[in-house]
Amino acid sequence: MSDPIPYRRPDPATQPPYDAPSYGSTHKRHPKQPMLRVPHTLTETSAPRFDQRFYGTQADMSQVNGKAALGERIIVAGRVTDEDGRPCANTMVEVWQANASGRYHHPRDQHDAPLDPNFEGRARIFTDADGRYSFVSIKPGAYPWRNHWNAWRPIHIHFGLHGAGWAQRMITQMYFPGDPLLALDPIFNTTADEAARNRLVSTFDLEVTKPEWALGYRFDIVLRGRDATPFEKA
Amino acid sequence: MTPATAHQTAGPYWHMIDFPEWADLLRADGPNAGVGGERITLTGRITDGDGAPVVDGLVEIWQAGPDGAYESGFHGFGRCATDAEGRYRFTTIKPGPVPGLGNATQAPHITVTLFARGLMKHVVTRAYFEGEALNATDPVLALVDDPARCATLVARPQGDGVWTLDIVLQGEGETVFLDV
Ligand SMILES: [Fe+3]
Repeated sequence: MSDPIPYRRPDPATQPPYDAPSYGSTHKRHPKQPMLRVPHTLTETSAPRFDQRFYGTQADMSQVNGKAALGERIIVAGRVTDEDGRPCANTMVEVWQANASGRYHHPRDQHDAPLDPNFEGRARIFTDADGRYSFVSIKPGAYPWRNHWNAWRPIHIHFGLHGAGWAQRMITQMYFPGDPLLALDPIFNTTADEAARNRLVSTFDLEVTKPEWALGYRFDIVLRGRDATPFEKA
Repeated sequence: MTPATAHQTAGPYWHMIDFPEWADLLRADGPNAGVGGERITLTGRITDGDGAPVVDGLVEIWQAGPDGAYESGFHGFGRCATDAEGRYRFTTIKPGPVPGLGNATQAPHITVTLFARGLMKHVVTRAYFEGEALNATDPVLALVDDPARCATLVARPQGDGVWTLDIVLQGEGETVFLDV
């Protein structure tokens, strides 16, 4: 059997570091020893197959039992591809977020903002053959965190993706255009490369927007690509 | 070419995507109901650079089935939240040896992945099984020269099929994390 084709290593500037002094929680949690670079085997190039009989789809966060959540309804849509532009089909995408007031449906979130009984804040969707996904939600609110004095997270939606190889597994955050908090946010700004940071910001999209119903935002996600096929040994 | 999207921390509020039943890969109504193999528990405690428990960690495992193949008769994915003591706990079956590169064979192992507040990107390590003959020739274990560090990749048997692998994020006894 021939060896699996490894995934490409990202340019470090396009990814956040583990040790990010401006984000206090990284201080005691980042490993200090260099990581052990391992060649990719089946362990890294294979990935779970999520059977929708066991991992059901939920694409609408804007209501619970038919009752509408409070806030501004939005549609989020985009495409998942790899670095070479190939669509990532049938990829499980998990999303979670705060409600319109900036409060998570989560026992540890004690922010003094109202919970909404009609908003849980999670969804699970699968990309289609072309890598496309979409879901309906409520525009989240900003919320305070205690990282530094008067710290507020820019509004965001958390995204988790499983690709075709465990090496593609990733969790990221989607931000919204024009948010004044982006310039002040340590988590957003730990990634050195400005273009890489800005790809985390969704764009308002009139094509995704539905008349008389909801504004649309587009957020495309790129998973790691494969190295060139190694030359076969003669 | 567009470079891969930047990772961002899972933060402290990811429990909306925690489904506690996923920690039991053998759950009766799950994809592995009825599969055979050696039933095991993989558990351990996760601590930070102060030795404090990581109480808000999202742990995922990825493993082959008893025949050493991925997703061929066994769905090798699990997810678990750490508890108030920083512990994770999975019920699964022991994987078989997995093909390595060339003609190499990898010793049985489970990939363990941690997401958490304070981790801008997840960390990845492996749980091997103490006493396994193939450990001596495993290509990944062979990359770690220091025996004490190598031991951080090896789960220990506690009897009754329970295996423990503690994870230290930083400092003394720091786990060997893999750059995959
Ligand atoms: Fe958040």
